[in-house]
Amino acid sequence: MAQNEKGFPWKHVFGFLLSIILTLLAVWITFSTDLPTNTIITLIVVLAFCQAFIQLLLFMHMKEGESGSWQATMIYYGIYIAIVIVAGSIWVMSLGHQHHY
Amino acid sequence: MKWDEFFVTGEPLIYMADAAIVLTIIGIVFVLTYFKKWKWLWKEWLTTVDHKKIGIMYIISAVLMLFRGGVDALLMRAQLTVPNNTFLDSQHYNEIFTTHGTIMILFMAMPFIFGIMNIAVPLQIGARDVAFPYLNALSFWTFFFGALLFNISFVIGGSPDAGWTAYMPLAGNELSPGPGQNYYLLGLQISGIGSLISGINFIVTILKMRAPGMTLMRMPMFTWATLITSILVVFAFPVLTVALALMTLDRIFGTHFFTLSGDGVPMHWANLFWIWGHPEVYIAILPAFGVFSEVVSTFARKRLFGYTAMVWSMVAISVLSMLVWVHHFFTMGSGAPVNAFFSVSTMAIAIPTGVKIFNWLFTLYKGRIKFTSAMLWSLAFIPTFVIGGVTGVMLSMAAADYQYHNTYFLVAHFHNTLICGTVFAVFAALHYWYPKMFGVILNEKLGKITFWFFVLGFNVCFLPQYVLGFMGMPRRIYTYPADAGWTELNVISTIGAVMMGIGFIFLCINVVYTYFKGERDLTGDPWDGRTLEWSIPSPAPHYNFAVTPQVKGLDAWWMMKKERKEGKEEEKPEYKPIHMPSNSGRPFIMSIFFFIAGFGLVFEWMPVAIIGLIGVIICMILRSFEYDDGYYVPVEEIKQTEAGRE
Ligand code: HEM
Ligand SMILES: [Cu+2]
Repeated sequence: MAQNEKGFPWKHVFGFLLSIILTLLAVWITFSTDLPTNTIITLIVVLAFCQAFIQLLLFMHMKEGESGSWQATMIYYGIYIAIVIVAGSIWVMSLGHQHHY
Repeated sequence: MKWDEFFVTGEPLIYMADAAIVLTIIGIVFVLTYFKKWKWLWKEWLTTVDHKKIGIMYIISAVLMLFRGGVDALLMRAQLTVPNNTFLDSQHYNEIFTTHGTIMILFMAMPFIFGIMNIAVPLQIGARDVAFPYLNALSFWTFFFGALLFNISFVIGGSPDAGWTAYMPLAGNELSPGPGQNYYLLGLQISGIGSLISGINFIVTILKMRAPGMTLMRMPMFTWATLITSILVVFAFPVLTVALALMTLDRIFGTHFFTLSGDGVPMHWANLFWIWGHPEVYIAILPAFGVFSEVVSTFARKRLFGYTAMVWSMVAISVLSMLVWVHHFFTMGSGAPVNAFFSVSTMAIAIPTGVKIFNWLFTLYKGRIKFTSAMLWSLAFIPTFVIGGVTGVMLSMAAADYQYHNTYFLVAHFHNTLICGTVFAVFAALHYWYPKMFGVILNEKLGKITFWFFVLGFNVCFLPQYVLGFMGMPRRIYTYPADAGWTELNVISTIGAVMMGIGFIFLCINVVYTYFKGERDLTGDPWDGRTLEWSIPSPAPHYNFAVTPQVKGLDAWWMMKKERKEGKEEEKPEYKPIHMPSNSGRPFIMSIFFFIAGFGLVFEWMPVAIIGLIGVIICMILRSFEYDDGYYVPVEEIKQTEAGRE
């Protein structure tokens, strides 16, 4: 990025548009298709991962700079937190409770 | 909506508050106009991006919030002193304990800590500012206007009353109608933006802006604590952001994430709240650990014992503290495997905490201790915090917690950790870094009076509450019958609270006294310090370091002083122009728009909310197209400032 610091930020605009498209796609799948619920959930999770990856690459300068080990640490810590929050919540909220749906 | 619904009416206490607010505003406007200080206020403070000034503003706001939260506390204690008291009714009592808890944690502890970090961290690592000074101003102003939004609730629209934990379904529309709970959601949401930005800012500052030679393992312990805390902030606060947003959608836009109706799961709010909430208590305590490490090693005049163990125990705490949140709702009835797991993980966190306690003790061992006010707070912290930790381990046994949960035992536990940890630490830090902030030393005699009133008051107030918990007194009740047998201990507890209030008044007197008569710190190093902030004049010049220091080891300034004493030749410093960031009014203006948007959402006046949000977006767009590279401090000015020193 160093070379085009002052130029027009094409990369960012491209990433921004791509993110919006992916979000709209998820909204469209959820509200305007008749797919079974499980398929919808799978699809939007996949879309979410795509978007996270795009943002890491295009906005977060993941491949730049010399402090690579710190970035790796942070990302591993982030993955750890994500797993703890998602898997932990499912575990805590489902075990031993009777939901009345 | 009618006017008498918009303003809170019908309570003499509220009318008194109304009058006080109006008079204060008139007073401030008058003073500023009379002394022609408006321009000064705008140029020196509202638009500043200097980390030291932002730190001072954080601390002033936090002390004001400590006052507000303290008044809440005294009102509650007044109500509970005698049985069947009618000083406050149940609704008013509920509102007061809700605002007390929320204000003390989010608008007192957090900003106080951020204030101290802002002042100390760049100076400790030999930097000229934080990595993103503009964002730093934005952090402060979003916090400030978020707190303001939350605070006006008690005169406009009504306060939230569902507890600082805001459990659903109690906090939902059916059981908490009106704007009160919306204030909680929006106030926290707006100030949360500030916390998140600060977290990012300090991580980058510490990783990128250390003086040459300062490796990670040569960083002062407070800087380490700030780094770990910031990482926790960045990973924990988004959970709160999402949870608040979902509840806002439930309340304002009719979704069903946490509602009873429509397949919502109210318990999931508690789950998300504590996924953030437990790391949050460690966000409040780790910087305190950092402060005590600095103060203890300075005034024991010894190197910190077990530096590496200290660092690793903080890392362990940061990993473990994400794994314990269920201990706040053992009684919600998760299965035995869940409760057992979280019971054990909670106990495990006491281990790294204990390691740190022993490290401070060994640092003190055979030290030549100087009993300054800052040191007294640190010494008092050790035994009192141990009580808090031990009762924490008692609470962490899930089966036993069914007895303790939601009694005064719990209330005593968390005050024992939060007051003896965080509050003692920020008071110690205030005494310790005050010369660096203002160039004067807080009066030691008044400092010690504050200390004794506050620490004794603390113990008189909260130790009886453990017993009250054992006797079955539940938390969050507004009165109790005479034959419950709780009266004597409640009276004692109130006496302690009043003593703490007196201590706080002495602190305020101290600040005023020091302003007029305080001893000036001419050396820049009043405590014979060890870290880099003591190598520059007091108060710190706006560019911090005239020449970037070279770090050769832990306790860099101590080593430089030693070399000097050994008669090592010093090179004459060669000044170069210093690059500094320019001030900007935009963070302030943008936060006003956030406030407008939040206010609109609180009352569900959508046009107002939309206007506010458009304002926010315009500010962001303007910022994106701004090319301001800052300015240079000329060598002449540096020479003049530095010459005043020799
Ligand atoms: C040795 C470490 C600690 C352990 C084992 C521990 C354990 C616990 C447990 C099990 C509870 C829940 C009790 C219940 O609701 O029945 C609790 C509540 C609490 N703890 Fe701790 N704790 C520790 C340290 C801390 C620290 C350092 C802080 C803050 C600086 C803190 C602040 C709190 C707060 C604020 C609550 C109550 C929140 C509420 O319900 O409103 N704790 N603790
Ligand atoms: Cu906890």
